[in-house]
Formats: sequence, C-alpha cells, structure tokens
Amino acid sequence: MIGVKAYIASRLIVFFIVVYIGVTLCFILPRLSPINPVETVLSRYLAYLDYQDPTEVEYLRNTLMEIYGLKGSLLEQYIGFWKRIVVGDFGPSLILFPTPVSKLIGDSIPWTVGLLSTCTLFSWLTTNIIGGFAGYFSNRRWAKAFSVFAITVHPIPYYIMALVLVFLFSYLIPIFPMGGGISMGVKLSLSFEVIVDILYHSILPALSLIIVSYGGEFITMRALTINTKTEDYVQFAESLGIPKRRIVLKYVIRNCLLPRVTGLAISLGGIFTGALAMEVIFTYPGLGMLLYNAVLNGDYNLIMGICIYSILGIAFAALLLDLLYPLVDPRIRYR
Amino acid sequence: MSAYREFIVFLKRRKTFLLGLILFSICLVLGFLISLFAPYDPRRWFTTPIGRPPSLNYLLGTTALGQDVFWLLAWSLRNSFIIGVLGSSVGLIIGIVVGSLAGYRGGLFDRIAMMVTDTFLVIPNIMILILIASVLKGQLSIPLLGILIGLLTWSMPIRNVRSMILSLREREFTQIALFSNMSTISILFKEYLPHIFPWVSSAFINRMIMSMGMEITLAIFGLSSMDEATLGTMLHWALKFQALFTGLWWWILTPIIFSIALFISLYILSIGLSEYLNPRARLR
Repeated sequence: MIGVKAYIASRLIVFFIVVYIGVTLCFILPRLSPINPVETVLSRYLAYLDYQDPTEVEYLRNTLMEIYGLKGSLLEQYIGFWKRIVVGDFGPSLILFPTPVSKLIGDSIPWTVGLLSTCTLFSWLTTNIIGGFAGYFSNRRWAKAFSVFAITVHPIPYYIMALVLVFLFSYLIPIFPMGGGISMGVKLSLSFEVIVDILYHSILPALSLIIVSYGGEFITMRALTINTKTEDYVQFAESLGIPKRRIVLKYVIRNCLLPRVTGLAISLGGIFTGALAMEVIFTYPGLGMLLYNAVLNGDYNLIMGICIYSILGIAFAALLLDLLYPLVDPRIRYR
Repeated sequence: MSAYREFIVFLKRRKTFLLGLILFSICLVLGFLISLFAPYDPRRWFTTPIGRPPSLNYLLGTTALGQDVFWLLAWSLRNSFIIGVLGSSVGLIIGIVVGSLAGYRGGLFDRIAMMVTDTFLVIPNIMILILIASVLKGQLSIPLLGILIGLLTWSMPIRNVRSMILSLREREFTQIALFSNMSTISILFKEYLPHIFPWVSSAFINRMIMSMGMEITLAIFGLSSMDEATLGTMLHWALKFQALFTGLWWWILTPIIFSIALFISLYILSIGLSEYLNPRARLR
C-alpha cells in the first residue's frame, strides 16, 4: 500500500504545480500587453455619450478596474486573482455585460465535455481491441487495410476532417445539418425528440473526432502489440495451445494498456484544443464557439476565463487518469 | 554514389514514400517558386472580379473578397511552411539542448527540468498561445508566430531526447570519450547527436505538421496573423464569408485539399525517413 500512497502523492504534487503554473501564466500574460482592457471598454462606452463629466468618467474607470481585478499593486492583484479562481468568479463578460463569465462557460461546458468524453472514450476503447488484433495478426489483409486507413487519417487535424465531412455530408449529399447543436427554436429539455435532435446534430462532430483519433490511437496500439507479441510469455501461451483470441485479449492487450493510459493522459490537451476548433466549424454551442465569439468581440475576460477553466479541467482529467493507473498496473500496488 | 543508388532502390520499393515526395514537392514548388510570379499582392482585396468559378483566367477561381485563389494558395503554402519550419526547429533545438543536458548530467538540474516539462506536457499549449495571441491581436508577424509556437512546444522533445541520452550514457563509448578527456558539449554533439539523428529528422517533420496545425487552429479562432496569407487564414475567411452557403466551394475546398495533401505527404515522409535512416527497420 505504501507504493500506492507515494504514487498518489507524487501525482498530486504534479497536479498542483500544473494548476499553479497554468494560473500564474494566465495572470501574467495579459498584463504584459500594451492594451488595457479597461480603457477599451471605457472608450466603447464613452462613444455613446455626448457629454462626458470627468469625475464620472473617473468613477466609471475605477469601477471597471475593480470588476476586472486590475486595482492595487501587482501582488494584491495576484492574490485577488487566486481568490476569484477559488470562488469561481471571473467577473462579467464584455459582450453580454452583466452576465458573469462563469455562467457563460457553465452553459457551454456540458456540450464540449459530453461530446469529447464520449468520443475519446469510445475511440480509445475500440482501438485498443482493433489495434491489438491488427498488431497480433499484422500480416492479415484486413489488418493491413486498417493500417493504411489509420496512416492516412492520422496527420489530418480534427477541424480539417470536420470541413471534409461538412462538405461531403451537408453540402454534396445534404443528409446532416451544416451546424449547430440543436435545431432552431427547439428548447432544451429531456424529452425524447429533443435528445434525438441533439444526437442528430452531434453525429458529424462526433465522426470527425472519432475518425481522426482512431488514426493515432490505432497506430500506437498496433506498434505496442507488435512489440509485445514477441515477449516470452506470449510465446509460452502460444505453445500451450491457448486460443489465439484469448491470447490477444487477456495476454497482449492487457499488457499494452499501461502505456496507453499514460498516452491518453498526455494527449488530452491536444484532443481538447483540436475539438474546440472543430466546434467552430460546426457552430456547435460548446466552449470552442464561446471562445470564437469572445475573440471576435475582444472579450478579454471571457477569453481568460475559458483558458483558466480549460487548463484546470485538463489538469484534473489527467490527474483522474493518473489515479486510475494503479488499477490497471498491479506493480504499483505491490511495490 | 552508392548512397544515391541506395536511395533510388528504397524509392522503388516504397511507392507510398515516392507519392509523399511528389505531393510534397508540388506544395514546395507552388509555395516557393510559383508564388514568386504572382502578378500582384494576392492578399489585397478586390483586385479581381468577385466569386468567379475556376477558369483559364483564374485557375482556382476567385474569392468573395476579390482575391485570386491560386495566388493566395501559393503565398499561403509558403507562409504556412515558414511557420512550420520555424516552430519545429525552435521547439526541437530547445528540446535537444535541455533534454540532452538533463539526461547526461542528471541530478538536480534533471529533476527540475523534468518537473517543468511534465507540467507543460499537461497544460494545453494552444490555450497559452491563444492567450498570447489575443493579447497581441493583429501584431503577430509570420516569423514571430512560428517562433512563438516553437517556444511553447518543447516538452515532448525534451522527454524523448532525455530518454535516448539516458540509454546512450550507459554505452561503452561514453566511457571511452570521458577517459579521452572530451568535454560535455563535444560528447553531446559529436558522440550522441549522430545516434539521435534519425529521430531528429522524423521528429522535425512531425513537429512541422503540428506547428502548421497550431497556426490553423489559431486562425480558425481569428488569432493568427489575419492579414497575411496562410492556410489557416484562407480557411478562416472562407468560413467567415460562408463560402459553402454562397456556393463558392473552390474557395474553401482549395485550402482543405492542400492542407490534407501537405499533412499526409509530410507524415509519409517522416515514416519513410525514419525507416530509411534506421537500417534495421528497413530490413523488416
């Protein structure tokens, strides 16, 4: 049990360092810029006013500075920044002024996380099995066909695949909607029709995620299996006459799972950001679309909020995967 | 001469590698040779009629902004290429220097370097890039963007180089080099670099794909050098003016097809190169 405790402790330390460095970067970077967000907003407001009373403008400036956490010395701002993160309050958005950033983000997170986690888990699980079999029977024709397909789709980014799918299945053969997460005018609820509508809109985004991640995952799994199948214990199992299917599932794939879990934890960040750009192409109402609108309108607070939430979310997901690792790898438990 | 002949034999046996080489050369020629012959600056709006389909006058049609898609593509390929090469080399150089020092020296430097590396492995670097780009909105030039991408993507190369150096350090020739009083720097560069060269060459290409992909991601959010011509900005403007809805399919299909061709050909080249430079894999 000592092994597990030391392992969890070391993972937790890495997690806190990630959060600390990530948040600090999000604090420092915008402050290095020559553009002052308060002056930007202020000039936007003042453009609507005919008469500008200097004391009132000064008062407005002060209030805005307070809202955006730009008051006081850098150290005070930094401490205030952490307080806001702990409470989860990033101030109001600029485009939709009184709406808090955290509410906007909260509304779009379910879309992104729902789509992303389903697709990533699905492709990770299925490629473990397909890649395992294809690596074990690497000389069969079907295995080679799978490899060729994987090598072709692997280098294509999600959003390019998304564009290809939109072109094929919404423009040339219009069987799927061009975008959106739900039909116009349909209200979100848990009725059957609404769920079907949401699923129908998420087919193309899901496909583009699954196809591309299938490529990379398949290639790594196949390479791992090819290395594993020459191990002594596999040869031994073969000479015992254990059925091939059983060997692949119980002996080969199980041992390949360890580097696959670590690999998934490392690639999470890439999958996530790729999926954000993919959402823009489908105008899927997740975090990516929110980020797009925030950039379009120069909504500095919203951009920062999205960045911080994403970094925290990915760090947390990676931590969860790391904590699951001892379940897959018994060696940590008995160290 | 024999090395040249060997390469020809390799090309004949690997037809996909040849295909990758051809596709890649087409992109290269378009980007660096043909782009020089552009009759006018293709970035400028309203220099051609609006929204013309592909014809002899306008090989790939024109955009809704009055730009010639063909010349725009040539410039975009060049700029995306520059971003890819810069991003890849900056990231790799940092990775090789820090990774080999960490692996060779060990100790406290190694531990600190690895802790920082593990941290940046988890933090989604595009998020940091988006933050920087949104702060500097519109002020990023093409080379600057490439270097910035490189400065954010060194964590993987550091890990890879370090693990390679760790195993090389245990080999006998390290001892011999140490006994013959070679300095750390010359051991790293003269003795180890040749060993990791096959990895460097294929990693260079893979990281080029990644850097160009990051530029496209940024551009989709409208955060790349939006006034310049790159594959990403071409896609961005085509999406923004809804090229598909308005029926201008050539506008959006051109950057899609060429980025796919570029990415796939580069990937084929990286696989082929690592096989070619690693004779053991070639025999298999």
